[in-house]
Amino acid sequence: MSLLRRIPLPILLLSPTLIFLTLFFVIPLVQVSGLAFQSPDSVFTLSNFDRMVSDIYFDGALRNTIILLILIIPVQLVLAFAAALIVNQRRRGSTFFLYIYAIPLGISDLAAGLIWLSIFTERGYLNSILHNLGILERPLIFLSSMTPKWMVAAIVLTEVWRATPLVMVILLSGLQMIAKDYTEAAETFGCTWWQKVRYVILPLLKPSIQSALIMRTMLAFQMFGPILVLAGRQLPVFASESYYWYTTVRNPRVAAAYALMLMALSVVATFLYLLLLRTKDEQVGVM
Amino acid sequence: MRWKKALFYAAAAVFAVWTVMPIVLIAMAALTPRQELYSWPRQFIPENFSLESFRFFANSHGVLAATFRSIAVALATVLIALLVGAPAGYALARFRFRGKEAFRIGILMTRMFPTSLLAIPLAVIYLKTNIYDTIGGLALMHAALAMPFVVLVTSSLFLKVPYDLEEAAMTLGCSRIGAFVRVSLPLALPSLVAAGIYTFVLSWNEVFASAVLTVHNRTLPAHIISTLNVSPLNFKFAGGFFMIIPALIFIFLVRRYLLSMWGVAINK
Amino acid sequence: MAEVRLEKVTRRFGSVVAVDNVDLQIRDKEFMVFLGPSGCGKTTTLRSIAGLEKIDAGRIFLADQDVTDLPPGQRGIGMVFQSYALFPHMTIADNIGFGLRIKKVPASEKAGRVRKVAELLYLDNLLDRYPGQLSGGQRQRVAVARALVIEPAVLLMDEPLSNLDALLRMQMRAELKKLHHAINATTIYVTHDQVEALSLGDRIAVMRDGKIVQCDVPMEIYDKPANVFVGSFIGNPPMNFVHGEVTSQEGRLMIKGQGFTVTPDPKWSKALADRKRVILGVRPENFRVHFQEPAGETNGAQAAVEVVELLGNLKLLTIDLAGSVLKVSVEPDTAVTAGENVWLTWNEDKLCIYDSDNEWAITPERPEVVSA
Repeated sequence: MSLLRRIPLPILLLSPTLIFLTLFFVIPLVQVSGLAFQSPDSVFTLSNFDRMVSDIYFDGALRNTIILLILIIPVQLVLAFAAALIVNQRRRGSTFFLYIYAIPLGISDLAAGLIWLSIFTERGYLNSILHNLGILERPLIFLSSMTPKWMVAAIVLTEVWRATPLVMVILLSGLQMIAKDYTEAAETFGCTWWQKVRYVILPLLKPSIQSALIMRTMLAFQMFGPILVLAGRQLPVFASESYYWYTTVRNPRVAAAYALMLMALSVVATFLYLLLLRTKDEQVGVM
Repeated sequence: MRWKKALFYAAAAVFAVWTVMPIVLIAMAALTPRQELYSWPRQFIPENFSLESFRFFANSHGVLAATFRSIAVALATVLIALLVGAPAGYALARFRFRGKEAFRIGILMTRMFPTSLLAIPLAVIYLKTNIYDTIGGLALMHAALAMPFVVLVTSSLFLKVPYDLEEAAMTLGCSRIGAFVRVSLPLALPSLVAAGIYTFVLSWNEVFASAVLTVHNRTLPAHIISTLNVSPLNFKFAGGFFMIIPALIFIFLVRRYLLSMWGVAINK
Repeated sequence: MAEVRLEKVTRRFGSVVAVDNVDLQIRDKEFMVFLGPSGCGKTTTLRSIAGLEKIDAGRIFLADQDVTDLPPGQRGIGMVFQSYALFPHMTIADNIGFGLRIKKVPASEKAGRVRKVAELLYLDNLLDRYPGQLSGGQRQRVAVARALVIEPAVLLMDEPLSNLDALLRMQMRAELKKLHHAINATTIYVTHDQVEALSLGDRIAVMRDGKIVQCDVPMEIYDKPANVFVGSFIGNPPMNFVHGEVTSQEGRLMIKGQGFTVTPDPKWSKALADRKRVILGVRPENFRVHFQEPAGETNGAQAAVEVVELLGNLKLLTIDLAGSVLKVSVEPDTAVTAGENVWLTWNEDKLCIYDSDNEWAITPERPEVVSA
């Protein structure tokens, strides 16, 4: 007890987390590098990366990972911003709409994939509607390697549907931190609604947009459930390849190489966002 | 002004339908008898609803056990994450100390770690230490994934309880721990519970690590994903809807804390 | 007997020294006010006495007991926080009774003491409410009641009135003064409001940069500020300062400045003998304004009135004296208009003279330069 008292309280309180994070983040990072860069007899090698890159699925995985990112993120950002603006209107029912929009926050990507499977599967809702409207006689097959565009569309829709609320909540809490005085000042100059958004709200929201983008990109890189449910290996991405190499091929070393690739992409993306969307210290609000 | 109002409600409603519609669809799909699911032409709204698919799902081999395991893992995750993370959150909220900013940045950096990067080497370590394929092992992994969230959220919610209050309690005779227990804890409790509930959902929903770190003792998402190729549509739909139900309940319970939890935690 | 004694108390925050080697003795039952601008260390000093700050050096004694290493709850203090810090999840009765509950006072005795204090502070019909349902003034009284009910030997108050509006602040000020006479606790009161300090304090310790600049009874602080800082911090409007040079004419000491000459009382002779440049300090009410050249006065100075402000109980003039801007207060019915030329004379008994280099007071009684 007397020894415990000697340790400063903050350190005492932080140490469980520090130990935990070391055990579950630092050690795995070291270990995964060991797996990826070593042969089974612990000799340094790049052969795992060779195997990863020369695998027939690799090029597709690289391409799909990036295509999905480019399609999902902007759509999500715009939709989420619109939703956040709607809720931030503070009209009657705004809170109700917030609760509704937030529902997908609690839904896993696997469940989201299954939801959209019920829409896009051969005898699913989409075909049923098209048939009832008289457009189709026989059901179309959307989710096959013959229709990669439909597969991508289904996955994009799933991700946009599931993860937009997360971006919305981040942006909304950013919006609520913007003092009303700023927008009211803009109104006294006769700004239109769009000018207000463009010249006052968006610049002030930059820090929130930045954290939303970082968060989202990281999660989009890891998206996994919808891929497996809607496309399987017909539409490989890095996360799912890592999973297949570990579970199906039973080669943790190549799986580790994929994981490291993902990590590298995440780090690069984060720094890009930090660099591109930098807010100068002197621009931080004074209110 | 009236058309502005109309526009607002129209936009709000469109977005609400977009959000809710897929959930209604999966609910209907889950309640549609198997035969109808595979028939053509298929009616948009099924002719008759039945619990047949649900019964089939629940009685399928491994589902019930996986469900209980999911609950056990999620509860253990909440316990570990709060016990380990909340003290750090409290320290961040209350003290000035050297390295505080570094610690905060370190916490934020952990977000760059993909789950696969943690789960694959951990699987190798777990195999060596005999906690592979156990509830505890997976809960530790989930707690690690939830840790940044828990630390940042608890720090922001303790920040909302003014330190003055604890100090006042101390001038009135409380010890440091006494002041925390009598003043800060009761005031922070509702939001702590909300953070715990969200951590539960994080664990309940987690797929990748669950699939990699378990073989025989699958959690529900791991079970569903590993049987994906062999299970019929009605199993998938019933399973999908079943997984959503707790999420819906939990989001309803924590709805008041949505912004304070996510907003503050992420907007740093 | 609850004397408070600080011996060489120092508190640092990183490289900032918030409290710098402070020595202070507060007498039993005294009402001591710490006054100063924000960041001067007054609140940190108070919190150090409370035990809420760990001091880096020095000792603190309460009632002759060294409390430096005691936790707040064992020091025999009661504290009123600036934010009141009422527990929002407890009723007023529970808030007031909190300290007694922690000290395990029997329930029956507790109820009685809570009731007594509540009556003293006109809170007896609010006991079942929650802090959120009370007005600012009521919350303030609850905060005081909560600190008083544990019968502290020393009552500490950290800007307790700063969150109230002006009228309420004035009422509460009087109530606090009455209360101090009713209870028998030594009181230490932190404020940045000089009016509060002058009205409440038996003594005032004026602080700046972690040091006590001057500690004295209010009248002394007002009439004889120890340095230019104290003079300009206390008084509304603050003391006027003009530069002058000490000269000697026909064996008489004189201070000459831009557009004026002052002949100080002979008691100053010794203190001023070897000096050259000094600063004169004059309170606005210690000027006299004449509309003709004053007869018999040798020290009248001609000046121009720039602004006239009627403030109800007085008229405040902004006067240009050969380039120095002075604030001068006169009776409200004085007929004076902006642009007018007037003659100023000063009340030489109340004249303050400061060293022009270090800005500390030069006094006939204290010829040596006072330093911290």
